[in-house]
Amino acid sequence: MGDVEVEVDYDKILGTDPATVPLDEINVGHPGLFQSYRFWPYFERLRREAPVHYCAESMFGPYWSVTKYKDIMAVDTNHAVFSSEASLGGIAIRDQRTDFTMPMFIAMDPPRHDEQRKVVSPIVAPENLAKLADLIRSRAGKILDELPRGETFDWVDRVSIELTTQMLATLFDFPFAERRKLTRWSDVATAVPGNGIVETEEQRREELLECLTYFTNLWNERVNSAPGNDLISMMAHADATRNMQPMEYLGNLILLIVGGNDTTRNSISGGLLFLNENPKEYQKLRDNPALIESMVPEIIRYQTPLAHMRRTALQDVELGGKMIRKGDRVVMWYVSGNRDEEAIENPNAFIIDRARPRQHLSFGFGIHRCVGNRLAEMQLRIVWEEILKRFPNIEVMGEPKRIYSSFVKGYETLPVRIPA
Amino acid sequence: MAKITYIEHSGTEHVVEVPNGLSVMQGAVNNSIPGIDADCGGACACATCHVFVDPEWYPRTGTKDSMEVSMLDFANGTQPTSRLSCQILVSDALDGLIVRMPENQH
Repeated sequence: MGDVEVEVDYDKILGTDPATVPLDEINVGHPGLFQSYRFWPYFERLRREAPVHYCAESMFGPYWSVTKYKDIMAVDTNHAVFSSEASLGGIAIRDQRTDFTMPMFIAMDPPRHDEQRKVVSPIVAPENLAKLADLIRSRAGKILDELPRGETFDWVDRVSIELTTQMLATLFDFPFAERRKLTRWSDVATAVPGNGIVETEEQRREELLECLTYFTNLWNERVNSAPGNDLISMMAHADATRNMQPMEYLGNLILLIVGGNDTTRNSISGGLLFLNENPKEYQKLRDNPALIESMVPEIIRYQTPLAHMRRTALQDVELGGKMIRKGDRVVMWYVSGNRDEEAIENPNAFIIDRARPRQHLSFGFGIHRCVGNRLAEMQLRIVWEEILKRFPNIEVMGEPKRIYSSFVKGYETLPVRIPA
Repeated sequence: MAKITYIEHSGTEHVVEVPNGLSVMQGAVNNSIPGIDADCGGACACATCHVFVDPEWYPRTGTKDSMEVSMLDFANGTQPTSRLSCQILVSDALDGLIVRMPENQH
C-alpha cells in the first residue's frame, strides 16, 4: 500500500453522502472517516439497512462489517469459527504483515492463546492491582498538581499520555526516566506509514526492533534474578513463555504496550471531552463524586478506544442472513455495537449513572476479552477521584485532533484550560 | 421457585426466592446483590458472574459446556466447584442452593 493511494481514497470518501451512497460502496473501515469524525451516519445506516455488510474493495482488501451488538457478541464468542490467528491476518482490519510477523496471544487461537494468556492474567487481577493503587494515586496526583492554571494546554500530552505511560513503566518495572520510549513504541506499533508517526514501513520495523533490543536487555537482567512481580520477570520465569522466540516476545510486548497505553490514554481524554459536551452530567458528577464508579464504564463505552476487532472465518458460516465464506475477513465494529439501540437504552447519550454501565462491547467478549479491563477501570477511577479533589472544572477550549485510524479510536491533542 | 443463598466474600448473606427459568446470575442481579458483575448479560462470555457452588449442591447444578470451561479457565482463583452463575438455570431442584462469591470478578 502506497501513501498516494491513501490520499486518493481519502478524497473520495470525504466526498460521499452517507445517506445516499450505494450500500455496496460504503467503506466504514476508512481511517479518514475516523480522523474527520464522519463515521457515525455510516454505521447508523449499516445497522439499519445492512447489519452484516460486505465491502468488496478497500485499502485493506475486502471485508465484512458486523455492526449490531448481538451479531458482534455471536462472532466474539465463537472462536472455533472466527479465528484470531496472526498467520490468517490477525485481529485488525489491516492484515498482519507476513514478512514481519509478531505473534502475540491476542492473535492466537487455543490452545497457545490459553497458555500464554494465563501467564499475564494474574498481574492485572484486582487483588494484585490493589497493591499498585497507592502508587498510581500518588503519581496521578503529582501530574495533576503540576498542571498550569489559567492557560490552555494539551490534556493528551500532559495528563493522558503521561499517566498511562507511568503506569506501564510501573507494570514492566521499566527504567522510569526513559518511559516515553514506551509511548513512542506504542504509537509506532499501530501507525500507518506516511501519516505523521513514521514515514515508511521500514522505519516502523527499525523502531520496533529497537524496542525488542531494549526489552531483550531487560529480559536478560530479569531472567538471571529472582522472579519479581513485573510483567517481564513473569514472562521470563513462566513455563509457557520462557522459551518465546524473539519476535513472539516482541509481539507480546507490543500487545501489552498498546493494550495498556493507547486505550486508557484515549479514555482519559475522551472522558473530559464528554463531560464538557454534557454539562448536566458534569454537574451531576460534581454534586456526587460517587458516580465515578458508574461513569468510568460509561466513558469506556462511549469512547470505545478500539473501534473494532477483526476475525477470519475458518469455515463457511451464515450471519445475519449473509453467507460468510471460509477465509473472509470479518470486522466486529464495537464502536457501532456500543450505539445499538436494540441493546443499549438511549445509546447516543453519555449518562454517567446508567443502571448497568458495564454492558458494553469495548473490552470484547469471549476468550479474548480484554485482560486488563479492571486495570483500565481502576486507572480511570483514580484519575477522576484525584481530578475532582483538585479542580471543580476543566474546560475544553477547542476541537480535539483525532487519530488517523479505524482501529485505535482516539485523540492526538485536546486543548483544555483549568480556570485560574 | 427456589430459595437461593448468595454469600458475599465478606460473609454477608442474601437469601432470595428466584423464579424457575432464570439463571442464578439473574437472581443476584434482579435483587441487586453485590459481588456478581455479569458484564456480558448472561452470554457466558466474560466470567464476571463467577461463583463457588457449595460442594453439596455442585452436582445438582448441571454440567459445564466447553465455552464455560474456557471462560472459567481465565477467571481468577477458581476452585473445583467454580461455575459461571449465568449458566446455572433455576428450578425447584435447586431450592436451598448456596453459592459464594469470589473476592473480585475479573
